[in-house]
Amino acid sequence: MAEDLVKTIADLHEEEALRIVEERLRAGEDAFKILEDSRNAMEIVGKRFENREYFIPDLVYSGEILQEIAEIVKPKLTGANEFERLDKVIIGTVAGDIHDIGKNIVTFMLDINGFEVYDLGVDVPAQKFIEKAEETQARIIGLSGLLTLAFESMKETIEVIRGTGLRDKVKIMIGGGQINDEVRKYTGADAFGTDAMSAVLLVKDWAGEK
Amino acid sequence: MIEEKTPEELLQERTKRVEDAVQLKVPDRVPVAPNFGFFYAKYAGITPEEAHYDYDKWAMAVKKTVLDFQPDMFVSPRMILLAPGPVLDMVDFKQIKWPGHGVSSNHSFQFVEEEYMKAEEYDAFIEDPSDYIIRTYLPRIYGVAEPFKMLPPLSSMMVGYAAVHLTAALARPEVTNAIETLSKAGAESLRWRSIMDSIHEELGGMGFPSCAQAIAEAPYDVIGDFLRGTRGVMLDMYRRPDKLIEATERVLPMQLQAAVFIAKRSGNPRVFIPLHKGADGFMSLEQFKTFYWPTLHKLITGLIDEGLTPWLFIEADYTSRLETIRDIPKGKAIYHFELTDIFKAKEVLGDVACIRGGVPSSLLCTGVPQEVKDCCKKLIDVVGRGGGFIMDAGSVIDEAKPENIRVMVDFTKEYGVYG
Repeated sequence: MAEDLVKTIADLHEEEALRIVEERLRAGEDAFKILEDSRNAMEIVGKRFENREYFIPDLVYSGEILQEIAEIVKPKLTGANEFERLDKVIIGTVAGDIHDIGKNIVTFMLDINGFEVYDLGVDVPAQKFIEKAEETQARIIGLSGLLTLAFESMKETIEVIRGTGLRDKVKIMIGGGQINDEVRKYTGADAFGTDAMSAVLLVKDWAGEK
Repeated sequence: MIEEKTPEELLQERTKRVEDAVQLKVPDRVPVAPNFGFFYAKYAGITPEEAHYDYDKWAMAVKKTVLDFQPDMFVSPRMILLAPGPVLDMVDFKQIKWPGHGVSSNHSFQFVEEEYMKAEEYDAFIEDPSDYIIRTYLPRIYGVAEPFKMLPPLSSMMVGYAAVHLTAALARPEVTNAIETLSKAGAESLRWRSIMDSIHEELGGMGFPSCAQAIAEAPYDVIGDFLRGTRGVMLDMYRRPDKLIEATERVLPMQLQAAVFIAKRSGNPRVFIPLHKGADGFMSLEQFKTFYWPTLHKLITGLIDEGLTPWLFIEADYTSRLETIRDIPKGKAIYHFELTDIFKAKEVLGDVACIRGGVPSSLLCTGVPQEVKDCCKKLIDVVGRGGGFIMDAGSVIDEAKPENIRVMVDFTKEYGVYG
């Protein structure tokens, strides 16, 4: 039955998945186990995305299904059943840019890969990144931006971070459809990516370095 | 000694150069048409906010840039702003943030993603789009149109003699007020339009054709951009696929009709069609063939049937869709690529469509002139071979180093000559 739920979610059968969840709860099953299955299903979704069998709409839809399940099971959860988290990552769309689709996908993919993600939203001033880094001690920062104006903003953000003495302690990645290595050099970032998978690989790489 | 050409001769020469490229003939040289956006403002030393609010300054910025760079076509200033600042203020527009109103006065406007049409409203939209737009959609996107929610169904005008229901609703002070404000905004729009029209005429008189005056969108993008939002329309592919397809079919003839009307009135046959939400990664190829391409294909062929030239501005990456979009009449359309592998595009589509683009925006922003020159050389050698190519940036040029634009234009004029 556990297999059923994992497969049903991974194959994006929304109604069927919700029905199984309700049934299992009615049968008195531990809500935490249902969440665990959901998380396993999300890992499969992530793999399929990596392999280009799934695309952005599939991720969005699977996230939607996951959220519905979480809403059903949350009231039944007892105690602090949090999943153990890997490294912390701060992410946000840089000042002046209000695009969030790419950033949200990176957040989603990092989340299902087990990282603790602090998503600061869009149009984020440099100071916010710094405050969050100091508060959480996160050592990886992701700057997102779609527009070419974001290049300048990323550069400024990284300069402000440098000014605080924090630069040597954090790894900074930049991402967006228009980003390439020239832009990376221009902004002074450590690495760049143009899709969510490259962000996951970078973070895994950096997290493993310590 | 070469005699100076008259502006009329230059206009004809440039127009023919572009049309030859579109028809896949070999022109005298590769046409070059930088896809200027807010670069006009930056280059001329005005802020995007001034571009929105000071119509004469904006017109002067466009003129200065075009005269300085001498492109084969210029981007209509109307395509960039879409609406001037005072009009956006008056109607209290919710769908974008513009300079000084949500984004800094030095930045271009940006779209605000929302579900402006709820998932359960598909039927109302499909049933009677005009009624839906006036009574439900406008109140959500124009603060000033909020009282239109009080109007009775517009079809009620059909019966009951003097359309008593409607006229009574129009007499409500809130509604009267909204109509008056919209009317003032309309007068302001006309003032703006006449200044934008005069810059077209002036530049035309100096020998420069514009890229396009008419605009249309792929029906799926109309639904995704303006009504349901990116997330909404993606979920609709799973939860209500039939409604989504029906809505795209409903939108198609409206897009066609509006574009044909404006293109014919302007005398410029090209119709700008920016593609947004059908790119690689944004949906599977199967979803593209199911939800996106069928009505886009009909839009393209419908415009071609009217003697017009669709200019598809294909944002993001379409490398996996090249075979699919081959299915259009030969030598009738422009495919303008951003991140698609343009060399592969030439291989797959070279005998079908004129290819435009190829110079990355990132290179124009951060590179040096020699790198731009190398990039243009390769594009002319490979994509320009045998004609059917227009040199351009891959995306809209907002920020770029002027010297990089200069070398892109001048080098293409020099090296891009067909011998």
